[in-house]
Amino acid sequence: MSPLLHVDSISKRFGGFVALDGIELEVQPGERLGLIGPNGSGKSTLVNCICGTLHNESGSVRFDGQAIDGLAAHERTHRGLARSFQLPRPFHSMSLADNLRIPLLYTVHARLGPLRSAGDLDSRCHELLDMVGLAKKAKQLPRDLTQVEMRKLELARAVAAEPKLLIADESMAGLSHSEIEDILALLVRLNERGITVILIEHIMSAVMSFSQRLAVLVSGKKIADGKPEDVVRNPEVVRAYLGQ
Amino acid sequence: MTIVNTAKFSLIAIAVAAAVMAFAHWYNVDYLFFASYTILQFIVLATAWNILGGYCGYVNFGSAAFFAMGAYSSVFMHKFYPLPIPMLILIGAAVSGIAGFGMGYLTLRLRGSFFAIATLALAVVLQTLVVNWEYVGGSRGAYIIRPETIEFAGIQINYIEYLFGLMLGLAIIALVTARAIERSQLGFGFATIRDDELAAEACGVPTLRLKLIATTLSGAFMGMAGAPFPYYIGYLQPQSAFGLEYAVNSIAMPMIGGTTSWVGPLVGAILLGSAQQYATVTISSAVNLLIVGLMLVAFVIIAPNGLIGLVQEHLRKRRRS
Repeated sequence: MSPLLHVDSISKRFGGFVALDGIELEVQPGERLGLIGPNGSGKSTLVNCICGTLHNESGSVRFDGQAIDGLAAHERTHRGLARSFQLPRPFHSMSLADNLRIPLLYTVHARLGPLRSAGDLDSRCHELLDMVGLAKKAKQLPRDLTQVEMRKLELARAVAAEPKLLIADESMAGLSHSEIEDILALLVRLNERGITVILIEHIMSAVMSFSQRLAVLVSGKKIADGKPEDVVRNPEVVRAYLGQ
Repeated sequence: MTIVNTAKFSLIAIAVAAAVMAFAHWYNVDYLFFASYTILQFIVLATAWNILGGYCGYVNFGSAAFFAMGAYSSVFMHKFYPLPIPMLILIGAAVSGIAGFGMGYLTLRLRGSFFAIATLALAVVLQTLVVNWEYVGGSRGAYIIRPETIEFAGIQINYIEYLFGLMLGLAIIALVTARAIERSQLGFGFATIRDDELAAEACGVPTLRLKLIATTLSGAFMGMAGAPFPYYIGYLQPQSAFGLEYAVNSIAMPMIGGTTSWVGPLVGAILLGSAQQYATVTISSAVNLLIVGLMLVAFVIIAPNGLIGLVQEHLRKRRRS
């Protein structure tokens, strides 16, 4: 099976600092990949390069069989690549429903044509908010939400773009155990609907229970990639995390 | 709440404009036309500024430059190939719209204060060009001798009344356009740029293209507001066309009225414009900018989202309770 995402030896520097150094990564359709690494290891830079927020200096990114290196971030979203942000970035002046309306208007329209009437849009927004348990707050502003609700809104907005691949960047940071369970269950449900998911996370219990495969970045390099139970026993990974 | 569609709103706006025009014609006081022309001109300018500054969150300090481009394109055409003012308005819109597009293209990657400084620089560069361009009067300025009256539909009407009617029409066009944008996919896209450009791109919004649309539209409307200005003032010089009051008022009016809705610039322009006209007659025109400054400081402290923001917040609280 050809990979949905193929990151081919990409590198990124910020001045003299090497953020990514020849990263290779493949993600198969329908897969649940966990991406871990200590702070500053390059996880977010990698996501930014994949999503087009940053441009890699060498190497290439192929998505769904096509090179996407020259594409702007919004064009990559149109192709089916969606992300949530480490710190939630809702559209503050818009209601929750309108937050979801944006990807429906701009991405789903761009991909499938202007097929949605105002009624269709409203019902799809409601459906997505219902999926994350926020339907009752559809008309409220993001500032009225709790931390976990904000994370759910962030995920719902990414899913509204009807992506093939969802990159969830630390969607559980700062949440309680039960809230983490909530988000995990949501991510699993999305995956069961056919969305490939890359989960970037520091909370190891969550990553271990979610991921079918685990990749580890340290200092801009990939040091391990494989089954989660094997990767966590990898001496290099243990050294990177525990400093042994 | 029933939302009036654009066609209905346009008809209502045209009816209101017709009523205002009929009243002004019946009242027939020249000063009323002069004073109202200025307020209407500021409605167009403030609405134009708000398309980029309010909807997209990109603060333009160079409004006077776009306004002056419209005015000077009229002076140029007046000397080169005289045309009726409605045609000059279209030319002014085209010139300033193209300049807006150019500015947008050159400043695509600039945000926040960097963008604002770039727009200020544009105004300085353009003023320098105009000061040194003899054909349009250079630093001496240019006289436009306008006729006393004009024949319109077989009736002789006062020229200032004609200019007032034109500006009233422009104000209606600007408001209808702003309102239509606000409720369209384009308006949603503009709002995402204002709220969070990175998140907007991640949602599939082509932010750079939308910014270019906003700078072009905003510039075009400012140019439209400036095109009849030489005929209104009779003598155009760089200091008046590039005057600080245009840059300051076009920012202050939406800020005072509220930047997130088309109503804000309208309310702000009427409030501030009327106060300035009143002060001009009763005290001195020199206090105009003082009034703007004081009101701006007061609103930034009391109602940072403007009058409309204050009302919206009040309604939201009432709904919640």
